[in-house]
Amino acid sequence: MATDMVTNSRAEVLRRVRAARGGTSDGVAVRAGWDGIAREYRRKGTREREGLLALLEDRLRDYDARVVRAAGEGVGQSVAKRLVERGVRRMVVPVGLPVEWMPVGWLPASAGEVEFVVDEGLSSEELDDVDGVMTGATLAIAETGTFVLQNVAGQGRRAATLVPDYHLCVVRAEDVVETVPEAMGRLQETAGLATTFVSGPSATADIEMTRIKGVHGPRSLDVILIV
Amino acid sequence: MRVSLFITCYNDTLFPETGKAVVRVLERLGHMVEFPRGQTCCGQMHYNTGYQAEAMPLLERFVAQFRGAEAVVVPSSSCVAMMRDHYPKMAVASGRAELIAEVDALLPRVFEFSEFLTKRLGLEDVGAYYPHRVTYHASCHGLRNLLLGDGPMRLLKAVRGIDLVELQGLEQCCGFGGTFAVKNADVSSAMLAEKTTAVLNTKAEACTACDNSCLMHLQGALHRQRTGVKTVHLAEILAGEDGVGR
Amino acid sequence: MSGVGLDPKTAPTFPMAAKAMLGDTQLRKNVRHATDVIQEKRARVVGEMPDWQELREAGRQIRRHTMEYLDFYLEEFEANCTRAGGVVHWARDAEEARGIVVGLVKASGSDQVIKIKSMTTEEIQLNSALEAAGIHPYETDLAELIIQLGEDRPSHIVVPALHKNRQQIREIFQREMKLPELGERPQDLADAARMFLREKFLRVKTAVSGANFLIAETGGVCVVESEGNGRMCLTLPETLITIAGIDKVLPRFQDLEVMLQLLPRSATGERMNPYNSIWTGVDAASSGDGLRDGPRVFHVVLTDNARTEILADEEGRQTLNCIRCGACQNACPVYRQTGGHAYGSVYAGPIGAILTPQLQEMHHAQSLPYASSLCGACYEVCPVKINIPEVLIHLRNKVVKQNTAGVAGLFDVEAGAMKAMAMIFRSERRFRAAQRLGRVAERPLVRRDGQGEGWIGWLPGLLGGWTQARDLEEMPKETFRDWWERRGRDGN
Repeated sequence: MATDMVTNSRAEVLRRVRAARGGTSDGVAVRAGWDGIAREYRRKGTREREGLLALLEDRLRDYDARVVRAAGEGVGQSVAKRLVERGVRRMVVPVGLPVEWMPVGWLPASAGEVEFVVDEGLSSEELDDVDGVMTGATLAIAETGTFVLQNVAGQGRRAATLVPDYHLCVVRAEDVVETVPEAMGRLQETAGLATTFVSGPSATADIEMTRIKGVHGPRSLDVILIV
Repeated sequence: MRVSLFITCYNDTLFPETGKAVVRVLERLGHMVEFPRGQTCCGQMHYNTGYQAEAMPLLERFVAQFRGAEAVVVPSSSCVAMMRDHYPKMAVASGRAELIAEVDALLPRVFEFSEFLTKRLGLEDVGAYYPHRVTYHASCHGLRNLLLGDGPMRLLKAVRGIDLVELQGLEQCCGFGGTFAVKNADVSSAMLAEKTTAVLNTKAEACTACDNSCLMHLQGALHRQRTGVKTVHLAEILAGEDGVGR
Repeated sequence: MSGVGLDPKTAPTFPMAAKAMLGDTQLRKNVRHATDVIQEKRARVVGEMPDWQELREAGRQIRRHTMEYLDFYLEEFEANCTRAGGVVHWARDAEEARGIVVGLVKASGSDQVIKIKSMTTEEIQLNSALEAAGIHPYETDLAELIIQLGEDRPSHIVVPALHKNRQQIREIFQREMKLPELGERPQDLADAARMFLREKFLRVKTAVSGANFLIAETGGVCVVESEGNGRMCLTLPETLITIAGIDKVLPRFQDLEVMLQLLPRSATGERMNPYNSIWTGVDAASSGDGLRDGPRVFHVVLTDNARTEILADEEGRQTLNCIRCGACQNACPVYRQTGGHAYGSVYAGPIGAILTPQLQEMHHAQSLPYASSLCGACYEVCPVKINIPEVLIHLRNKVVKQNTAGVAGLFDVEAGAMKAMAMIFRSERRFRAAQRLGRVAERPLVRRDGQGEGWIGWLPGLLGGWTQARDLEEMPKETFRDWWERRGRDGN
């Protein structure tokens, strides 16, 4: 009986849709229709590399993220400096985070001033118990000040970049695109992965439209741009 | 040019001075004005209130009166918006091919008064003189449906003697909206209060617009509150001449 | 715990509800401030985009295309979501949707759910159904939490508590969270919400969400939010139940490149909102670190609830293109005066004025299509170019047809007047006669002012609304056409 009801609802809703539209859609017409959609908007950015990175930095800062640049071996030093500044003691990192991003001497986990905990399936409560998280990113969008995280090595589970109060994200300059369409183009192949667009720290404007940094997600966000 | 005037029902009945001013400006510019006498109403009030069927004969009447016109000039942005936005759909709904064709052929020759001056004739200075402090209210239909832009302001800026002052919140509706003003009288009054406050803040003697329906609404409150500020259609300002007064 | 939901079936007419709201000075100040701020932010970030109009046009075409082939895309979404481990349910109406969700929550073994803000769950009044079944829903969006704890009702699609100021919110939090020392800075209030909800996020095993987009091509779902409460609900619990109207489908992943530009800029005036989550079914742990990511069980409830009725109406259909950004509310001079509650529906403002009566199949909320001066500000800001004024007029026609059907129609005062006017306008002779008659009829109402001008300060019946706040000048002695003919005769 319950199954009947379910089947009937599906059939009924689809019947109503088709009745409203005058019949069943034909796949060829659907594809032709989609191809015919006018897309006159900008697909590609026009900025040179330096302009692009400057735009990203400007847009990230506009949304209360801190941004610094680092190169080569300087990445580890830059990470160390950020973590000391933020006063964090325990950082969670995903499996597969590039080792060269770690401050020299801070690995293995207990060697440095900051303890790194590799996420090998931490519970939500355990994640709530660390001070911050450090990840890479699939790409960043300069025009909107966004970086994109996916469930891949070096970026990890969504929960790990959510529950801790501080997020340090390392972005490679070659992964920066200017526009949203360029980003979606790059993400198309991995569209099935859990994907999160992050633009600045958690925020709300629900009280008198005053933008407040930090509600439930990480309240502080640092970005290191590898150039 | 031979210009056919569609005066609109409420201008004819309530604001004849506007029509006279339109005639004066157009004749001063050397055009021949005619007034097809069978004209009445464009059907906007009926159409917008939900009485679409009642508007249909008025469309037919308009087409019959103006089909031979070289240019139709209408001193009301909302009536022109009615024609441009809805006549083609109404004609299509009638299913009558000849009506569809006639509407399509006629509409490109229909102009709101300021639009006729700026876009059709390419004028800004129409030789007017109006030594008063004036603020301009952009009616919603003029602003959003007809896209008059700064056309009316450019006409006003060219008027000699005028002290033109900008109205804050230009894009805000005055709250008239036809039958909205009586069906939702309380909200309409609240919107109107904002608009009259903006008008009073300009310290203008007169508020002008391309649409007497907004102006009637504004005038109603400006008079009720005994503000001493009057409303005057754009055409009446453009008709002003040195030594003639108003 | 939550207040009685907004129900178009029992709500007073818009003019009546609006009258009450207009008397609430605090509410009007709050609404004015919020809509001013959000409009200003929107204008700034929209102004940055040289291709905004092209994006709007693409957005319109994508939505129109989706509605044209909705059956195809719904089936495609269902197949792909199912393949990825999701379970797709179909609901014909609100009651069926509520039943499905209550059943799924019970099956998950939880008597509590955490909820991310969802207009669809408000529309189907899910919370009261959950409570009736002994399930406690925790709203986790800050504004929704304010509404829930204050036993209030949402008044805006995007910022549902914009009618409350910080002092009012502080009072609610002090009372309901038992925090007598709470400060009144927005930051203090947000911190209190963080503390209050953190424990729920970590503990409650079942979540309910809405959806911004269902991606047919991949079977994925996209949710756009700011606070991270959405991510908490979407990733931490074991069971996730997503409720979406059938109109939420998007053909392909690539189409997000348009929507993710249009929606944040229109909704909150941000270039991109802090978090967009996209997920597809349940994570099979096939990639990366081998760790499972997100809920083990994922359900989608595709809800019709009169959307197919709207789809069947050629002129009303564009209503379904709405992506719920709320820009039309902020721009609407009527909404800005009254706030959202006057609309008697979770969908307030211009979009509510067209969506609500259609969701009620025109049986209720018939006063809403008239809650507009047709100024067009809504159409101008709509990111997918819904011609709201056009739909309003179309729905007014439906209301008139209802009111004038049958014997009752013969006694409808407005309809009688409208028909009489139309009759007059069909003949120049009758029109002239009416003009003369008008001058005679108004005479008893005309009073002379100090300048000797005649003005009317009181009008009877339906026209009385005019003279509430406005005078009317007496009719001039001579009509334009009389002048024109006299001028012709006199040879001027």
